[in-house]
Amino acid sequence: MIAFDFAYFRPNTLKEATEIYKQIALTGKTPVYYGGGTEIISMARTGSVKFDAVIDIKSIPECTTLCVESDRLIIGSAVTLTKIAESGCFPLLGETVSRIADHTIQGKITIGGNIAGTIIYREAALPLMITNSKVKIIRKNRLHDVPFFDVFDGDLHLQKGELIVQFLIDKNYLNLPYCHVKKTKLDKIDYPLLSMAAIKTNNGISAAVSGLGDKPFLLPGKILNETDIPETIRVDKTIAAIQNNIISDLIIASKEYRVFVLKNVLTQMFHNFKGA
Amino acid sequence: MGYIIGKNIVRKEAFNKVTGTAKYTDDFITTGIYHAELLISPYAHAKIINIDIFEAVSSTGVKTIITGSDINVLCGPLLDDMPPLAKEKVRYHGEPVAMVVADCEQNAKAAVAKINVQYQPLQVVNSVLNALKENTVIIHENLQQYKKNVPDVYPEANSNICSHVKIRKGDQQKGWQDSEIIVESSFTLPQSDHAAMETRTAQCEILPNGRVIISSSTQAPFSVKEQINKTFQVPIGVIDVNVFFVGGGFGGKVPVQLEILAYIASKAVDGHAVKIVNNREKDMITSPGKIGLEANMKIGAKKNGKIMAAEMHFNVDCGGYAEIGPRIAKAIAVDCAGPYNIENISCDVLCVYTNHPVATSFRGFGHTSQAFCIERMLDKLAAALNIDPLEIRMINALVEGNYSPTQVKITLSNTGNFGECLNKLKTLINWDEGQRIEENNNLVRAKGIGCFIKTSDSPTNAISGVLLTFNSDGSINLNCGVVEIGPGMKTTAAQILAEKMKMDIGRIHVKMEVDTQTSPVHWKTVASMTTYMVGRAVLSAAEDLIRQLLNAAATVFKCAPEDLEVADEKVFLKTDLQTYLTLKDIVHGYQYQNGNSVVGQIMGRGSFIMNQLTFLDKETGLGKAGPYWTVGAQAVEIEFDTQQHTYRILKAATVVDAGKVLNPKTVKGVLMGGMCMGLGLGTSESFIYDTEGIVQNTSFRTYKMMRYGENPDYLIDFVETPQIDAPYGSRGLAEHGIIGIPAALANAISVAAHVDIINLPITPEQIWRLKAGVQV
Amino acid sequence: MLAFSEKSIVKLNVNGENVTVMINPSYTLLHVLREELGLTGTKPGCENGDCGACTVLVDGWPIKSCLMLAAEAIGHQIVTVEGLKNAPIQKSFVENWGFQCGYCTSGFLMVCHALKNIHPDANDFVIEQWLQSNLCRCTGYGEIKNAVKAVLENRI
Ligand SMILES: Cc1cc2nc3c(=O)[nH]c(=O)nc-3n(C[C@H](O)[C@H](O)[C@H](O)COP(=O)(O)OP(=O)(O)OC[C@H]3O[C@@H](n4cnc5c(N)ncnc54)[C@H](O)[C@@H]3O)c2cc1C
Ligand code: FES
Ligand code: FES
Repeated sequence: MIAFDFAYFRPNTLKEATEIYKQIALTGKTPVYYGGGTEIISMARTGSVKFDAVIDIKSIPECTTLCVESDRLIIGSAVTLTKIAESGCFPLLGETVSRIADHTIQGKITIGGNIAGTIIYREAALPLMITNSKVKIIRKNRLHDVPFFDVFDGDLHLQKGELIVQFLIDKNYLNLPYCHVKKTKLDKIDYPLLSMAAIKTNNGISAAVSGLGDKPFLLPGKILNETDIPETIRVDKTIAAIQNNIISDLIIASKEYRVFVLKNVLTQMFHNFKGA
Repeated sequence: MGYIIGKNIVRKEAFNKVTGTAKYTDDFITTGIYHAELLISPYAHAKIINIDIFEAVSSTGVKTIITGSDINVLCGPLLDDMPPLAKEKVRYHGEPVAMVVADCEQNAKAAVAKINVQYQPLQVVNSVLNALKENTVIIHENLQQYKKNVPDVYPEANSNICSHVKIRKGDQQKGWQDSEIIVESSFTLPQSDHAAMETRTAQCEILPNGRVIISSSTQAPFSVKEQINKTFQVPIGVIDVNVFFVGGGFGGKVPVQLEILAYIASKAVDGHAVKIVNNREKDMITSPGKIGLEANMKIGAKKNGKIMAAEMHFNVDCGGYAEIGPRIAKAIAVDCAGPYNIENISCDVLCVYTNHPVATSFRGFGHTSQAFCIERMLDKLAAALNIDPLEIRMINALVEGNYSPTQVKITLSNTGNFGECLNKLKTLINWDEGQRIEENNNLVRAKGIGCFIKTSDSPTNAISGVLLTFNSDGSINLNCGVVEIGPGMKTTAAQILAEKMKMDIGRIHVKMEVDTQTSPVHWKTVASMTTYMVGRAVLSAAEDLIRQLLNAAATVFKCAPEDLEVADEKVFLKTDLQTYLTLKDIVHGYQYQNGNSVVGQIMGRGSFIMNQLTFLDKETGLGKAGPYWTVGAQAVEIEFDTQQHTYRILKAATVVDAGKVLNPKTVKGVLMGGMCMGLGLGTSESFIYDTEGIVQNTSFRTYKMMRYGENPDYLIDFVETPQIDAPYGSRGLAEHGIIGIPAALANAISVAAHVDIINLPITPEQIWRLKAGVQV
Repeated sequence: MLAFSEKSIVKLNVNGENVTVMINPSYTLLHVLREELGLTGTKPGCENGDCGACTVLVDGWPIKSCLMLAAEAIGHQIVTVEGLKNAPIQKSFVENWGFQCGYCTSGFLMVCHALKNIHPDANDFVIEQWLQSNLCRCTGYGEIKNAVKAVLENRI
């Protein structure tokens, strides 16, 4: 039970969505865009957020589309993780998101909400971080396609009222050799101790991790692809390079143990990509 | 024997539970009921300087706000040490500090957020070790002034010790002299939560005529009555407690907490109906959980493996208030030797206050923690002597003629056959293939054993009762005070009655709800004592019915009652099975053809009281705590990855001496549930505290339990050594699946990884630390 | 555009019927099903998305109703345990001893029922993936496994 009142809007067009957002904001009230609502409801129940209105974007066609158009895959920001996984459109993303939360919740979480959320994991972002993807956002009343990294450096940086409409991924990235690993403290359904998505292109391996640090980040591509030195050394060098980003917490794991797990995971990754 | 005993009987309420129609306490939606919401302490130990309710009181819908200073009572089942709302200071993270009563949940919650409390943090006692240090912080300054509700609780002045139980058996000096090897170890086991899927909830209304009507998700409705009576001097006869289905208890729904708060809330709003419902976070920390334990153990043995002496120190972490902790301390002491014969024992169990959430009874009542220690000790002894772990248990197995730690003589009837359980376990888990087997890909398969013995530790005068009435068609209504919390006790009661009456169980109608005004008293639905206690009461009520039926039929047939027999809802003439009366024709009176009627309504009553139990001697522990023991042997098989230090649980096995298995599928279900919960304790369940005693994992997101698919294959077998005084020989069996499992898991992992596991839960990180020598 | 600023009367489709109900935009579907419609078979266990006791079907898919606003349900078909009419999974849970206290049962039934409809040929991996969304504290999950498999294999 949420202890405060708010209004509910479910616009049918992007225009309606931005208009209503603006209108509410003008009266000095706080609107929020509402995707799956899983984070919004949980945090509202515990009193960690407050707002005056939610704008549910799940009836906006642009936000719920999932299709391949010319040479890119378009994923609406309000597409649920289950839909992404079941569609098989992008296997690495499908595998990554089907380890977020649990299967039932995946039917409610939207990709946009996961990436825009406050939780430090944002696992759905990992595949987007390594595939040169773009996002379509509404900025100053207009749609813009911008590189994912322009708005996301582990945290999402949007101005008030800006909305992610879609994620755009070049078709060439969809079926490359990939690897996704999620390690938890013990149970399968848990926050990641470390979740890693990696692909191998002609230019080499790209990998992004979440759970290791206080936000998702890229592993140093330069080190991963130093093909002239042995993999074991590349593993050590990678770990040395990101030491300062690795967190320690009471609930999931200490920093030392995360390093141990990362080492195993990287070794496994190199092994998997052999010959790929 | 075996009319219906030993058959798989589907629980009576089964179809209600798969259609959503089975009603639990909070499923009765009452418009107009007020909601009470608690403000809880964000500190583990702090002085309350000021509580400002000014803004909250005028918040929408608020009827009243109550704080500790409004209430002048202390409560507790054994020791009156706990204010219903914190007074002057808080002693654990999550302790209730203020209560808002409002017209609806939303308004109550909104008002709680507006209360401003000023605290002055105090030094936190964050472990038992800390609590027992010299010159430590004292959590209860007035410990000696608290009223004792039972004679056998022993708080120690100027300390954090709220009770001390001692066992002194045999000759310590001789035991150690005779020992050729000594093994020592210490263990630390964390506090954790019951996590029943239904959170605790209570409602109270005080009627103008003075009746106090409470509904609650409780395992102990009659304790609710007693505590409300004792705490508020309300005449016990005007208190009605109603219980419907309960969504799991595991001991957590025995303490009387929300009922007291609901009473206070209702009283404060002129008796209006008020409900209070724990959200999950409060259910975890505000309401009581499971004890923590620190132990130091030392055992001495001959080279042939025979244990000669044991010295044990158990320190129970009962949290901020005593609750039932001193009884758990007693239970640990009573069964401290496990299912083994140890002639010379010195055992001290302290019940210790800390600034952790309060602990109460939890499935196994301390035995799971106790078993962890003794079972790890046996494996360590086995390793030191190079004896097979199963063999060393066999060598020391408790047998008829031995004496328990409190010096009760062991018989086959009162304890069963532990050795036979071990024998069967050996086959069941395929022990002979080897305890540790290396496989491909850095994998190792390993097994560990953990055994148990448990008696009840109930009050020496615990009672149960049953009332039976007939419907005009000859079917029977069964009314008892047992709460249906999951294990199907109501169905078991019906089954015992059906067997005794030799009738179809479908014709026995069990009243599922408990209403303390009309249901006969049943002590508490706990301690795996239900089948024994209520079963005995059912049998005695059935005998009462049969006696009346025989007399009635004898009147009609003009014969002696001894010539008659009851079966299939008929009373037969033994010598002529064609001559009978159907029950429907006599149970509400027999009418002759001319209209004359005789006999009247037939009703059965049966009752049971524990007998021969005694208090334990304060210095030696001598005495009898429970009517019988249940023993069993368990094992866990894991697959361990020697490189990643991760593991999977492949199998879990239990062999238990059931006396007689009444309802196989139900008993197995309860055992598997216990085993699964034991694996939860072994692998992941624990409260995690920061340095200030704040619980870090108060939701299911971070408090991890076993989920579907993480469970192993379950292997279950029984030994059936009848318990002479139990219904159809059937020994109490409900909690037991949990007891030996964490120990068995720890033994398996210790062998698999070549490490010495002395803490729970066993995370891969913990194993890695032990392997890599990295300090925590 | 659907818009509610305060308590409003709305139409929901629950268990095949259109019902008119008063909702507050901040009410969760769980709250409305239980408190406004009296469908108390759907249970709160955590109100945080972790336990699955509150699971209902929305357009045939399992959804945790504690993490859905009632307003979101407008225009969708909701099925609760009360809407399962003699579904094979119900019988299977009874015959396989799939529960004890019964508190988690509605949620498990809804997940299993949807699984049978959506992936009738689900293998053990998929079954596990779906059923790991729910917690049961009484059983050891063994009987639940038997119950769902009996239905998937058309043995009920
Ligand atoms: C049981 C459970 C387990 C979980 N486990 C994990 C886990 O293992 N790993 C993990 O990464 N996460 C996990 N989460 C957290 C989960 O990631 C978040 O709740 C979820 O990602 C939020 O997605 P949503 O669509 O529900 O977002 P919402 O709650 O709708 O929104 C979240 C935030 O994003 C904003 N937002 C939503 N859509 C947009 C948009 N299109 N443009 C701009 N802003 C937008 C909202 O305004 C809000 O601030 C778990 C959650 C639950 C309930
Ligand atoms: S109540 Fe919804 S998942 Fe627990
Ligand atoms: S049957 Fe009790 S929680 Fe599942």
